[in-house]
Amino acid sequence: MAAPSADLALPAPGFGAALRKAIGPIGLLRESPVGMVGITLVAFWVLVAIFAPLIAPYDPLATQDPFRCPPWWQHSYCPTNEVDNFYLLGTDHLGRDVFSRLVWGARKVLIYAPLATLCAYTVGIVMGLCAGYYRGWTDNILSRFADLILSFPVLVLYILIIAHFGASAVNIVVAIVFASGPGIMRIVRGLVLDLRTREYVAAAETRGEPAWWIMLVEILPNARGPLIVDACLRLGYVTITIGVLGFLGLGLPPPDPDWGGMINETRSMAISFPHMTVFPCIAISTLILGFNLMADGLREISLRD
Amino acid sequence: MLLFILKRIGFMALTMLAVSVVLFALLEIDKEKVAVRVIGQYTTPEQRALWLERNGYNRPIVERYVSWLGHVAIGDFGRSVRYQSPVADVLWPRVWNTVILATYALGIIVPLSLVLGILAGMREGSKLDRAISVTCIGTTSVPEFASAVFIAALFVFVLGILPGTSSMADGFNVLELVMPVMVLVLYDFGYVARMTRASMAEVMTTQYVRTAVLAGLPYARVIWKYALRNALIAPFTVIMLQVNWLLSGVIVVEVFFSYKGFGALLLDASLSQDVYLIEACTLVAVFVAVGTQTIADIAYTYLNPRIRFT
Amino acid sequence: MATGSRNPPLLDIRDLNISYWTRAGEIPAVIDFSLSVERGESVGLVGESGCGKSTVALAIMQYMGTNGSIKSGSINFKGTDLRSLDRDALRNLRGSEIAMIYQEPFAALNPALTIGSQLKDIPIFHEGVSEREALDRAAVILADCHLPDPERVLASFPHQLSGGQQQRAVIAMALLSNPSLLLLDEPTTALDVTVEAGIVDLVRDIGKKYGAAQIYISHNLGLILEVCDRVAVMYSGEVVEEGTIDELFHHPRHPYTHGLFGCIPLPATDKNSAPLRPIRGQLPLPHERPEGCNFGPRCEHFTAGRCDQGVIPIEPVVADNGSGHRVRCGRFRDIDHGARVAQVADANPIRLGDTVLEVDAMQKYYEVEDRSLMAWIRGGRVRHVKANESLDFDARRAETVAIVGESGCGKSTFAKVLMGLEVATDGEVRHEGTDIGSIPVRERGPQRIRSLQMVFQNPFDTLNPSHTIGWQIGRVIKRFGVEKDRRKVRERVLRLLDTVKLPRDFYLRRPRQLSGGQKQRIGIARAFAGNPSLVIADEPVSSLDVSVAAAVTELLMEIQRENKTTLLFISHDLSVVRYLSDRIVVMYLGQIMERGTTQQVFDPPYHPYTEALLSAIPIADPDVTKRDILLSGNLPSALDPPVGCPFSTRCPRHLGAICDESRPPLQQDGEGHVIACHIPVDELRAVEPVIQMRKPEPVPAGAG
Repeated sequence: MAAPSADLALPAPGFGAALRKAIGPIGLLRESPVGMVGITLVAFWVLVAIFAPLIAPYDPLATQDPFRCPPWWQHSYCPTNEVDNFYLLGTDHLGRDVFSRLVWGARKVLIYAPLATLCAYTVGIVMGLCAGYYRGWTDNILSRFADLILSFPVLVLYILIIAHFGASAVNIVVAIVFASGPGIMRIVRGLVLDLRTREYVAAAETRGEPAWWIMLVEILPNARGPLIVDACLRLGYVTITIGVLGFLGLGLPPPDPDWGGMINETRSMAISFPHMTVFPCIAISTLILGFNLMADGLREISLRD
Repeated sequence: MLLFILKRIGFMALTMLAVSVVLFALLEIDKEKVAVRVIGQYTTPEQRALWLERNGYNRPIVERYVSWLGHVAIGDFGRSVRYQSPVADVLWPRVWNTVILATYALGIIVPLSLVLGILAGMREGSKLDRAISVTCIGTTSVPEFASAVFIAALFVFVLGILPGTSSMADGFNVLELVMPVMVLVLYDFGYVARMTRASMAEVMTTQYVRTAVLAGLPYARVIWKYALRNALIAPFTVIMLQVNWLLSGVIVVEVFFSYKGFGALLLDASLSQDVYLIEACTLVAVFVAVGTQTIADIAYTYLNPRIRFT
Repeated sequence: MATGSRNPPLLDIRDLNISYWTRAGEIPAVIDFSLSVERGESVGLVGESGCGKSTVALAIMQYMGTNGSIKSGSINFKGTDLRSLDRDALRNLRGSEIAMIYQEPFAALNPALTIGSQLKDIPIFHEGVSEREALDRAAVILADCHLPDPERVLASFPHQLSGGQQQRAVIAMALLSNPSLLLLDEPTTALDVTVEAGIVDLVRDIGKKYGAAQIYISHNLGLILEVCDRVAVMYSGEVVEEGTIDELFHHPRHPYTHGLFGCIPLPATDKNSAPLRPIRGQLPLPHERPEGCNFGPRCEHFTAGRCDQGVIPIEPVVADNGSGHRVRCGRFRDIDHGARVAQVADANPIRLGDTVLEVDAMQKYYEVEDRSLMAWIRGGRVRHVKANESLDFDARRAETVAIVGESGCGKSTFAKVLMGLEVATDGEVRHEGTDIGSIPVRERGPQRIRSLQMVFQNPFDTLNPSHTIGWQIGRVIKRFGVEKDRRKVRERVLRLLDTVKLPRDFYLRRPRQLSGGQKQRIGIARAFAGNPSLVIADEPVSSLDVSVAAAVTELLMEIQRENKTTLLFISHDLSVVRYLSDRIVVMYLGQIMERGTTQQVFDPPYHPYTEALLSAIPIADPDVTKRDILLSGNLPSALDPPVGCPFSTRCPRHLGAICDESRPPLQQDGEGHVIACHIPVDELRAVEPVIQMRKPEPVPAGAG
């Protein structure tokens, strides 16, 4: 046991390592073709959102010539396009450029959907960790509360909350946290109930580690696989929710460009002027598809090893 | 087993009670607000005070809740401001319309997704499995309002073969149901199919299926007797819970196609702050959701011999 | 032992090569495998995990999954190559000519169908009999498998049967169509020892009665010895040695076979005078096999230039004598097979010190809510599981005390109470004079915590997969206040890695990069990080491979010896316990049946349960004879234990009403030897020893 002093270079596990650990599974996606398609779609919309001011040719709120068809898709109802302005996807009933609104709308949805998901996860993880680790009455109270919320059909809950408290960005985020937090809690709780029986948790308990340490350091990191998959799926759901709320007129207040809202404003004219409604629908569907494919790719990889 | 069923039903009643408390607290505690919403903004404080007094709103809150609950329990929800008629008269025909819509939708979703899910799960990783899986992800990624737009654009704008709204203005017309049902099916079938696939694929890798194969039983026998019985337990629960999801989808579809159903009514009530109608609609929605969940729980226990016989 | 080849053998496998395809590429699972089985013969296939033995069985069944395939070779069964059969022919063969018995009976039976409904399909589809006849036949065979009340079993769902009953049902299923070849894949590994003994007896029995040839796959040489006529030893995908039981056990020729015998705690071993001789190193991963001999890097007789290149063929030990003893070793003629490796001389018995642990009338009850309708009506809804009932024993400094018992005997509950994860219901557990039985771990001071540590059972569970090894051990050191400074902590972690004989660069590794044995070493390092006075080891080697387990056992004892630590060793395996412990506590259903020194427990007088346990351990030494004592019945539920002696329902020496109705007295027999039994000690003393050596001088395997 003559120990020569340590000559190993041991890098301190800093922020970089932690980050790599957290997003590690996403990096693995390149092994799944389906996941690659998903991440490409999401990346596309993220880039569009970031560079919106550079991409959008017009002010999304400025009114120009109304009811213009896309130059490449003339249909009978549209006024003939005698104006020089080029509207890639046409203009809506108020003469706003659909393409510019779409580009700026990407910003809205890509800010609020991840923000709401993140908040919901924070709440859900804390609740789930406590319920699963402490069990007993803590679990009982939290689980009954979750049961109560989850017994509402999701959309009914949203409509009740937003109709009662009014439509605003903050209220939408709060409503999403309120409605999806319990679902996340159930998943986390299930994982924790399983992980807490592991011997490394018993080992941590037998050396007297505090409860918060065991929950955050010993248990939570090992639950990250299923949680990342679920988070991707849930990002999709939240995007749908924001879209549906916009569609029902309960979304982000106009005139801000919001995909759901754009569909809502123009749907009554969709049969005559489909270009005003179809493009936001395509946009939101591709983004959701991106999240779902990403989730599927991640799940495939996590099942593989 | 009997005790379990009683317990589940008791639990369901308890949940409904809790929901009613929450609902009452949210909508009726502030009696001034109720008065404003029921008799209108442009009334004098005296008129409102009189209305409150006449309708028993000055009693203690617990007494008010109990009396409200009593009326609700016998189906008396009050009078709708927007429709100027008893809530029950507006509500039940609308619920019936939605039941028709949901029945058609579920009637297609369930067989379609079970067949696809089983086919995909039987041979995990095969070309058929991949094709079905990707299709399912694709269709569940298109929200109802978007697929409604696509379908309407296709069948009404391009092909012009279906009516653009489903208001049933000239009496019941099956053609008007086609698009709403199509939208619901498109969005929902993928999820059930994927759950079925996952369950089937898992069962196909179990040792007891291997036992059956290595006992030399015919493949069809292995699938029908040994695999399906276990594989269909989980999807059954999912299908029951799907009713809850369908209810959300129904709102969007009914609004989009102007179908006079329960979902559109609920949204209408919420947007016009029609207090009693909101209460009634919410309670019905939660009742349906909790009821199906209870049935799912009981059925799951019944289908699973490991729980049934202990 | 039919070696004369007038008839073609029943099964003849020639030069079989099987590979799996993974993302990492092709992985050969079985290499150059040849085996022939005569009618009615029983052949053992023995080897450690990943050696390819189960793959061979599945290949015979032609069931390779989607990513495995037979690359070359032939499998001839009754003269037809199974590889050439089409789907229907194969289906007709499976289950009727060749049947398989599996490792986990619970997983092998369909949870949604009754036993009868699963059993009846086999005659119905293979022989076209009526349903009634199929069920009748199933009932007869279930009775043959010693299942009482076959009609009830047929109507039961698998979860309503105990593990032993499930395995009997699986065996019955295999026998239903009277197969000529039975494949048994570790059929007893998932079962308790006393249950295992019953199944082994049944397997031998059906071999005679039904005349089916058997291929018995196991990692346990002792079981093979009890069941088989011939044996093939596999290592890393290859058969390294093959021969009759007699030749292979008395005259092993391959260094790996030698090594295996050196790793098994046979009755001839002793921790002081004849310790285990572990095989160094690890099993190679299938894609990291060395050039030349796969065993080369772990072999004591390795010769560079000879063992590390080319293909090593399997060849007969003595040419042309037809004994069938073959070995795959380039140097087997050069090795002196009689020589024993020089013993370590410093292994004197340690002197025991003061008492470190005293357990005094300790009780642990769990409350269980009874959710059945009857309990609800009666009102008595809370019932007690008596996990531990009046435990009494002590342990001294540097002593090894073993707690022995089968699953459900309460040994793990006791560990939890000791560690403070649970609190005792009654009685005292005094550690260094303080009662800690009622102090949960959160209320114990750091001093207490570091001096009372545990080594856990499951190597795949004992380390947190999210953190590096260095970080995890470092955390323990900081936590115990051994060191605070970061550099010193790291220094200490590296020294601990030296202590458990692992390379220092493991500091940065994550648990998934380690093998089971390496993980268990880290678990030991973690437990010993704060110089504990008492370490409790809960089955620390039970899930490790034989060759690795021996090394870990030796390491644990070495560290214990160095630190004069008291070791509480929890195990179900009496062979290991006999080898390493000074004193033994035998538990059954939460109660102590017998305690005393190792010598006292292994010699008469025995408690009847101890006697049955001793009889149940398979011993891989043909010179040892055992008396067979088979226990009938199932382990009673801890919720509803017998009123009198807990063992009364299964006891072969059951006296009568007294055993069922009253608690047995604690009878003293000499210094510290206690037996809880109604039978007078003198009568128990007259019992013949269970294990006896056939020859006067001990002949360990490897000598000769």
